[in-house]
Amino acid sequence: MGLSNQSTGAGILQSEFKIERNNSSEKIIALAGNPNVGKSTVFNSLTGLNQHTGNWPGKTVTNAQGRYKYKNTTFILADVPGTYSLMANSEEEEVARDFLCFSNIDAVVVVTDATCLERNLYLVLQILEITANVVVCVNLMDEAKRKRIHVDLEELSRQLGVLVVGTSANTGEGLDELMEAVHQVTVKKNCSQPLDISYDEIIEKSIDIIESRVKELLNDNLNSRWVSLKLLDGDEKLLNSMKKYLELDLLQDQALFQRLKEARNLLNLNGIGIETYREMIASKTVAIAENVASISVMTENKEYNDLDRRIDRIVTSRSFGIPIMIGLLGFIFWITITGANYPSQAIATFLFWIEEHLTGLFMKLGAPAWVHGLFVMGIYRTVAWVVSVMLPPMAIFFPLFTLLEDLGYLPRVAFNLDNFFKKSCAHGKQALTMCMGFGCNAAGIIGCRIINSPREKLIAMITNNFVPCNGRFPTLIAIITIFFAGYAASPFQSLLSAILLTGVIVLGIVMTLIISRILSKTILKGLPSSFALELPPYRKPQICTVIVRSVFDRTLFVLGRAVMVAAPAGLIIWVMANIHVGDISLLKQCAIFLDPFARLIGLDGYILLAFILGFPANEIVIPIVIMSYMSASSMLELNSLVQLGDLLVSNGWTWLTALCMMLFSLMHWPCGTTCLTIKKESQSWKWTLVSFLVPTVTGIVVCFFVASTARLLGLA
Amino acid sequence: MEKNITLNDLPIGRKAKVKILNSDSASRRRMLDLGLVLNTEVKALQKSPSGDPTAYQIRGAVIALRSEEASKILVETL
Repeated sequence: MGLSNQSTGAGILQSEFKIERNNSSEKIIALAGNPNVGKSTVFNSLTGLNQHTGNWPGKTVTNAQGRYKYKNTTFILADVPGTYSLMANSEEEEVARDFLCFSNIDAVVVVTDATCLERNLYLVLQILEITANVVVCVNLMDEAKRKRIHVDLEELSRQLGVLVVGTSANTGEGLDELMEAVHQVTVKKNCSQPLDISYDEIIEKSIDIIESRVKELLNDNLNSRWVSLKLLDGDEKLLNSMKKYLELDLLQDQALFQRLKEARNLLNLNGIGIETYREMIASKTVAIAENVASISVMTENKEYNDLDRRIDRIVTSRSFGIPIMIGLLGFIFWITITGANYPSQAIATFLFWIEEHLTGLFMKLGAPAWVHGLFVMGIYRTVAWVVSVMLPPMAIFFPLFTLLEDLGYLPRVAFNLDNFFKKSCAHGKQALTMCMGFGCNAAGIIGCRIINSPREKLIAMITNNFVPCNGRFPTLIAIITIFFAGYAASPFQSLLSAILLTGVIVLGIVMTLIISRILSKTILKGLPSSFALELPPYRKPQICTVIVRSVFDRTLFVLGRAVMVAAPAGLIIWVMANIHVGDISLLKQCAIFLDPFARLIGLDGYILLAFILGFPANEIVIPIVIMSYMSASSMLELNSLVQLGDLLVSNGWTWLTALCMMLFSLMHWPCGTTCLTIKKESQSWKWTLVSFLVPTVTGIVVCFFVASTARLLGLA
Repeated sequence: MEKNITLNDLPIGRKAKVKILNSDSASRRRMLDLGLVLNTEVKALQKSPSGDPTAYQIRGAVIALRSEEASKILVETL
C-alpha cells in the first residue's frame, strides 16, 4: 500500500527549514509551545500584522516566519507547530523537534498558558533538555488573574534556571520584557543554567556509558545527554533526522554501537525494557513539572474552570450538542447571506458603472472592437463578477468563522462528531481538518498532519474536498439566493437560503463519513487508531484583530488569487466565444461536445466547461458560466444581480440545474492548489490521483442519480 | 462500587487515580505525554452527545478519550 513514513510526509520538512539570514548578525528565534496558548498572538504582536502565512482555522500548520528589530538587532521569529510534547509521536511533533534540533536557531521562546502551567511545563522541560538558550513566556497572565491563579514568575525562573517573562499578548503587556529577555540570551549570551533532570540511578549509569562517545561524534551539534537518552529509547526517527540534517549516522560507529549494547544490557538486567524506560522518563518529567508548578503557582479558587464546564455541558450535551452545532452554522450563514446581499449589489453596480466608462474611454481612443472586447468584455467583466459575487460573502464569513475558532468552539465540534468518525473507522481529529477546509482545502490538507496514523491521514486528505472552501461558498450562496430565495432578499428569504446552505454543508459532512467508511473497508483498510483530543478553555476572542486578520490575510489573499486566475480565464472565454469554426464559436463547440454528458448529470455543457476552466481556482466558476451565456446570447447588458436569474432561466436552467450545480460544486475535483498540496503532503501521485477521482466520481454518481430520479418522476 | 475499574467505567463526576496502563506502545506514549502516569488523578467530566468519547480532567487540562482507549487504563476510584 505504500503507507510508509516516507510516502506520507517526512520528506516535506526540508523545504520548510530554510530560514534565510540577511546577514550573520541576525538572530533566529523559534517560537514553540502547546496549541491554544496564544502563540500566534505573541507572534503577530512581535512581528506586526503583516504575515501572510497559512494561518487558517484550527492551527498554525506551517512554520510561519517574521522579523522584528530590538536594540539594533534583527530577530527572525519562526513559528513552530503547537505540540504538547517532543516525543515525535506525530508528524507535527517530529517537525517541531527537528526544527528545534537542526535549524541553527539562536534561542527558543516557549509560550505557555498561565492558567494551565503544569501541563505546559512538560514541553518546557523537554525543550530544556535539548537547549539551554530558552526564554519561557508565561502568556495569558490577564486570564489567569481573572481566574485568580497567581504565577510567581521569579520563583518559576529560579526553579527552571532560565529567564521567565509574563505576558498578556492580547493587550501587548510584557512584550517589551520578552524582547529584552530574548536579547539577553542571544546577544549578551547571558546563558542560563537550566535545571538538571536526573533520572533513576540505573538510567543515569546507562547514560554515562554512552555519553562521552556520543559527545565526540556529535561535535557540539546537539546536546549529547539528550541524544544519549534518545539512543537508549531506540528513537529511530531522531537517528534518521540526524542522517538527513547532519549527515551523521551514529550507529555506524562501532565503539558507540558496542557501548549502546552494553548500556541496554544494563537496563535489561535491571528489568527496564523499552516500555518501562519510556514510562520512567515520562514519569520523571511529569513529576518535575508537577513539583515546579506546585511551588510557583497558587490557585485561589479551585473551581476556576466551572463556567467552561457549564458551557460544555450545554454545547456538547446529548440533546442539544448537535442541534446547537447545526444551528450555529446556519446562523453564521444567515448573517453572511443577509449581510452580503446589499454590498454585492452595490459593488456590482459600481463595477459596471466603471465598465461603461471604460467602454466610453476605449471608444474615445478609437480602439478596435477586438481590443475593447478582449480587455473590457473579457478580462474586466470576469474580474468584476468575481469581485462582486465573491468578496462580500468571504469578508463576512471568514471573520465569523474565525471568531468561533478563537472562542475554542471547534474542538467541541470534533468532540460531538467523534463517534460518527469512529464508526467510519476514521480519526476524530478529521472534524478539525474539515473545519480548516472551510477556509481553504489546501490548508485543510496540510492540517491533516495533526492526524498520526498514515491511513487515517490519507482518508482525511481524500475526503477534505467534501467541505466547500471559501471559493465554493459564494458559488453556493449565489445559486441559492438567485435561484431559490430570490435576490431582493427579505429576512424570510435569507433565512430560507441559510437553511438550504446548511443542508448542503450537512450533506457534505454525511458524504465525508460515507466515503471515509467506504475507503476504510476497501483501499485503506484498517481500524480507527487511538487519539486524545484536548478541549481547551474558552477564550474571549479579540474581535478587532480577528476582523483585520481575516480581511487582510485571508479574504484579500484569496480574492487576489482568484482575480489572478479570473483575468486569463476571462480572456480565454472571450477569445473562445469570438473565434468561429464554421458558423459556431469555439466556446459553443466545446459546450456542445460536453453537453450530452453534462445533461446526464443535470448540468449543461457551459456549466461543465466552467468547472473544468475553474480548476485553478473554484472562485471563477460562476463568473465563467455568466460570461459564457452572455457571449452566446443576444443579451448584451447585464449589470445587476437581479437580472442574473433571468439570464440563467433563459439559458434553460431549472431548479434541477441549480441543485445539480450545487451538488457538483460540493463534490468534484479539488482545485489545482489543493491537488499540488496533496501531492506534496502524501509524496505520492497515486494518492493525489485517488484524491482527485474520489470526489469527482462521487459527484457524478450523485448528480446522475438526482437528475435521473427527478426526470423519471416528471419533476423537471 | 468496586474500587478498581477501567477508566471508561468511571461514572461522570467521579475521580480516580491511574494504576496501570495497558495501552499498546504508540498510544501508551501518548497517554504518558498527557501526564497519565502512576497515581495521577483523573476526573470524568462528561460524555459526548452519542456517549463516546468522554472528556476527562487530567492535570488541569480537559482531554477527550475514546472508550477503546480509556478501557485500557486501570484506575482506583477515590
